[in-house]
Amino acid sequence: MKKLLSILPLLVVVIGVHLLTSATDTMYYLTQMTMSAYYSLLIIGLCVLMGYAGQISLGHAGFFAIGGYLSAALTTRSLIPYQDTLPVKLLDSAGFLLAGQDLYGDSLLVVTPWAACILAVVTAALIAVAIGIPVLKLKGHYLAMATLGFGIIIYRVVLASEYFGEADGISEVPAFVLLPGLSVSGNFGDRVQNYYIAWGLLLIGMVLLLNLMDSRVGRALRGIHGSEEAADAMGVNTARFKLQTFVLSAVFAAIAGVFLTHYNGGIGPSEAGVMKSVRYVAIVAVGGMANLWGALLMGIVLNFLSLRGSFGSYDDAVFGLILILIMLFAPNGILSINVRYRLGQLLGRNKQDREGEM
Amino acid sequence: MKKFVSKFLMAVLAVTLFAVPAAWAENIKVGAILAVTGPASFLGGPEARTLEMLVEDVNSRGGINGNMIELIIKDSAASPEKAISFAKQLIEEENVLAIIGPSTSGETLKIKNICEEAKVPLLSCASAELIVNPVAAYVFKTPQNDSFAAKKIFMEMNKMGISKIAVLAGNTGFGKAGKEQLLTIAPEFNIEVVEAEVYDKSSNDLSAVVAKIKANKDVQAVVNWSVVPAQAIVAKNMRQAGWDVPLFQSHGFGNIKYVEAAGAAAEGIIFPAGRLLIADSLSDDNPQKGLLLEYKKNYEDKYKETVSTFGGHAYDAFTILMAAIAEGGNDRDKVRAALEGLKNFAGTAGVFNFSAEDHNGLGMDAFQMMTVKDGKFVAYTGK
Amino acid sequence: MTLELSIQYLMAGITYGSIYAIVAIGFNIIYNTTGIINFAQGEFVMFGGMIAITLLNFMPLPLAIFLAVVITMFIGALIEICFIRWLKSPSVLRMIIITIGISILSREVAVHIWGESIRSLPYFVGNEITSIPILGARISPQVMWVVLVSALMVVCLGLFFKTTSVGREMRACASNRKAATLCGINTRNMVTLSFVLSAGIGALAGCIMSPITYSQYDMGTGLAIKGFTVAILGGLGSSGGAVVAGLLLGVIEAFSVSVVPLAFQDAISIAILLGILFIRPQGLFGSKEAAGLKEY
Repeated sequence: MKKLLSILPLLVVVIGVHLLTSATDTMYYLTQMTMSAYYSLLIIGLCVLMGYAGQISLGHAGFFAIGGYLSAALTTRSLIPYQDTLPVKLLDSAGFLLAGQDLYGDSLLVVTPWAACILAVVTAALIAVAIGIPVLKLKGHYLAMATLGFGIIIYRVVLASEYFGEADGISEVPAFVLLPGLSVSGNFGDRVQNYYIAWGLLLIGMVLLLNLMDSRVGRALRGIHGSEEAADAMGVNTARFKLQTFVLSAVFAAIAGVFLTHYNGGIGPSEAGVMKSVRYVAIVAVGGMANLWGALLMGIVLNFLSLRGSFGSYDDAVFGLILILIMLFAPNGILSINVRYRLGQLLGRNKQDREGEM
Repeated sequence: MKKFVSKFLMAVLAVTLFAVPAAWAENIKVGAILAVTGPASFLGGPEARTLEMLVEDVNSRGGINGNMIELIIKDSAASPEKAISFAKQLIEEENVLAIIGPSTSGETLKIKNICEEAKVPLLSCASAELIVNPVAAYVFKTPQNDSFAAKKIFMEMNKMGISKIAVLAGNTGFGKAGKEQLLTIAPEFNIEVVEAEVYDKSSNDLSAVVAKIKANKDVQAVVNWSVVPAQAIVAKNMRQAGWDVPLFQSHGFGNIKYVEAAGAAAEGIIFPAGRLLIADSLSDDNPQKGLLLEYKKNYEDKYKETVSTFGGHAYDAFTILMAAIAEGGNDRDKVRAALEGLKNFAGTAGVFNFSAEDHNGLGMDAFQMMTVKDGKFVAYTGK
Repeated sequence: MTLELSIQYLMAGITYGSIYAIVAIGFNIIYNTTGIINFAQGEFVMFGGMIAITLLNFMPLPLAIFLAVVITMFIGALIEICFIRWLKSPSVLRMIIITIGISILSREVAVHIWGESIRSLPYFVGNEITSIPILGARISPQVMWVVLVSALMVVCLGLFFKTTSVGREMRACASNRKAATLCGINTRNMVTLSFVLSAGIGALAGCIMSPITYSQYDMGTGLAIKGFTVAILGGLGSSGGAVVAGLLLGVIEAFSVSVVPLAFQDAISIAILLGILFIRPQGLFGSKEAAGLKEY
């Protein structure tokens, strides 16, 4: 409950931004705010995995892509040629299919967005379990390499499969009608509701994670991060906790993928690329690893700037530079830099004075 | 305390990010979304340089009907999600008259609907036929259709008596579209594709796959369809393996750098391309000759690198748009109508004839079969 | 499959394999002295090739290659001194992230210096279409250069580590850093030296492979991933293992072309790596005890 209250100021900021943009006639900012919110959903999930459980993942773009690509393919690719096969019939009888027409006027039979969303997220979770059990036994470089390898495999598969559109990716992804009158789509007219859908989702995710980190699970995770052996000796089932966190973060990534794909109306292989995974790790690192608020803040700010093209042709370079600088000078994140202390030093104030306050 | 600080920071950032200086006035704004960096930078790089050169040129001559052109280039690094974000930004925030680009088919297909909904003309520099078929009222493209290139190649094969071929393609949007066209059109020309392989865009040695298709004795010719450096590698690996069947490439080979990279192995490669590459040797009554030579000279003087057909696509997009602006002014709908009505407009890719049904405007004659002789592009005249 | 085709595959596999092995050895040298996996190893290869190509405009080929190797060694030293030397016992996670950052930055520097287009060194012998017949198959003489230089490099490194005093000091660092420090070895300098050595090896590889594969600003990442795969397959830290694993992976990749669509090739080789990691994390040739002693 306390956590619910701590989220309130953020809610005020979210509404404030909307009112501010609508008052200054700059509503277009909400487009990138919406996209950033979805990326941040992935980032706070990754933050729990990296910062709290201490497990690096260089393959999280893979989970994002599984969510995005599956829901895009299921809601776009027609099932008419397979109409008589058993799985399609089962889906049909469960009411998960939707008939319609495509751009050329041909009839179309696709999975409904809700069913596709659930299928995509469940698939991502299952893959996370299957990958997580062996991968999380590894440590250090081996863990980094294994997760990187997982990401590359997903990237290669989407790039090589005709079903996933090869290099072109998938376009013409329909809107995702959550409730009548409320749908995830990129239409200019639906912008405000999409802004609130994205941020609503992010706030829910944030409350969930904050509560989780404050519970037994959170304490166990911190124990694992500190010393896995010690936690194990204290009776913490480290393997299970690590796996649960891994799957949770994968689910966050997949949900982000599903929603952003419907919002963008398509997805391409760049979303599954290694650079994307590295970028997510960079943002978590800048936010301060075990700092959900930092990850959220940096996720929004950096994605917002990047999506607006503020870094121009130096987009990757900026992220590379940020990575190095933060890891060299402030491994606990940008928010850990004690501004007052540093300023004091700069102004030549007596060092001893300040240390009492720290 | 820390939490408070972070929230406070967030609020401050939110406010500062939104306080942005007011835009320029009176100029005609044109947006461009190009893959200047990233995996498709060999397309976006020359395209961006071409546009910068042309804008400078137009403005130094006093603009179009006295209006200066303001060009806003956004580097999408070939990521569709960025192209989407930039398209929305250009349309609403910068309020551009039209958008040039994106460089790749995947990105163009993602923003096709956005431009259509916002009624903003889009002139794509990517070649996939899905961009203009089905026709969207506001979406145009300047590169030639892949199917024309495929047909040109097959016609040449028919003349040479080739009926069984192998197809290689890169895993880029360009390679994908080309491979699809080759496979669908081949039966029309009684040609059978006996081997088909797709390689990674950053492949650096293809001798294994070349050995594989060489082992198939039926193969009478190889068609390689990509825009990446692997085009030169295919040629080298084939000739190194002592295999001398004819090698056909796509119009993606229209960059002298690939010929230089393949060196002696490039000799005799046959491919269709726009006439930019052989501008010097065109007859004087060719409507394209003057502008081709001018573009080539200006570009090469300014950037000290050889002109390529990719930059040409941006050149066409820009000059076509300028012609439409000269007629329609600063009005999206009038410009769109002017674009659709453009006839006999000579560009680097060919002579454009747009209509309500045809938003590419080029015919088969836009392509000319070429070959490489002594390290230079020359027109192919048959054996 | 005919003999001719098998030999053609085998030679293709040995070409890739030698390149992977050299990159993997570069990883191992740094890993042994520092316990760091240098994700920027592939960028050394890129720098080597690119610098040699630029220098070729001013001097003959052998000199250009030599200077390129020296310059890249200098870059290696610079990277170590600027980003790694002064960190006090950094965590593995931190080091992974820093070297990834270095890799990205090197790539960006390269694209702004040399542009996005491809370049290559000329063939050392003959030209693009010269080939030597071997049992019915035909291979480029440059492949011989790659294989010979790689073999020579492995032998020289072995001699260096076994017979010279600096080599022995580096090995002492590898087996126990604290003990080495106590014996009066300047471990810090040994770390710098390992970066220099590894950069030089990478650069030389970049030069000899450039005629075959071309050089481009973004070639490093792909090579690093393959080299890393090979280093782990062969057992982290083992140079002999890296050579065997490199050749093995190269040959598997070449032969896989006959059964699996080329587009899935990379996915397959990485899947093999994951399989090995799950079953034998110490690699095919590493021993479990030795792996247990390393710091992760």
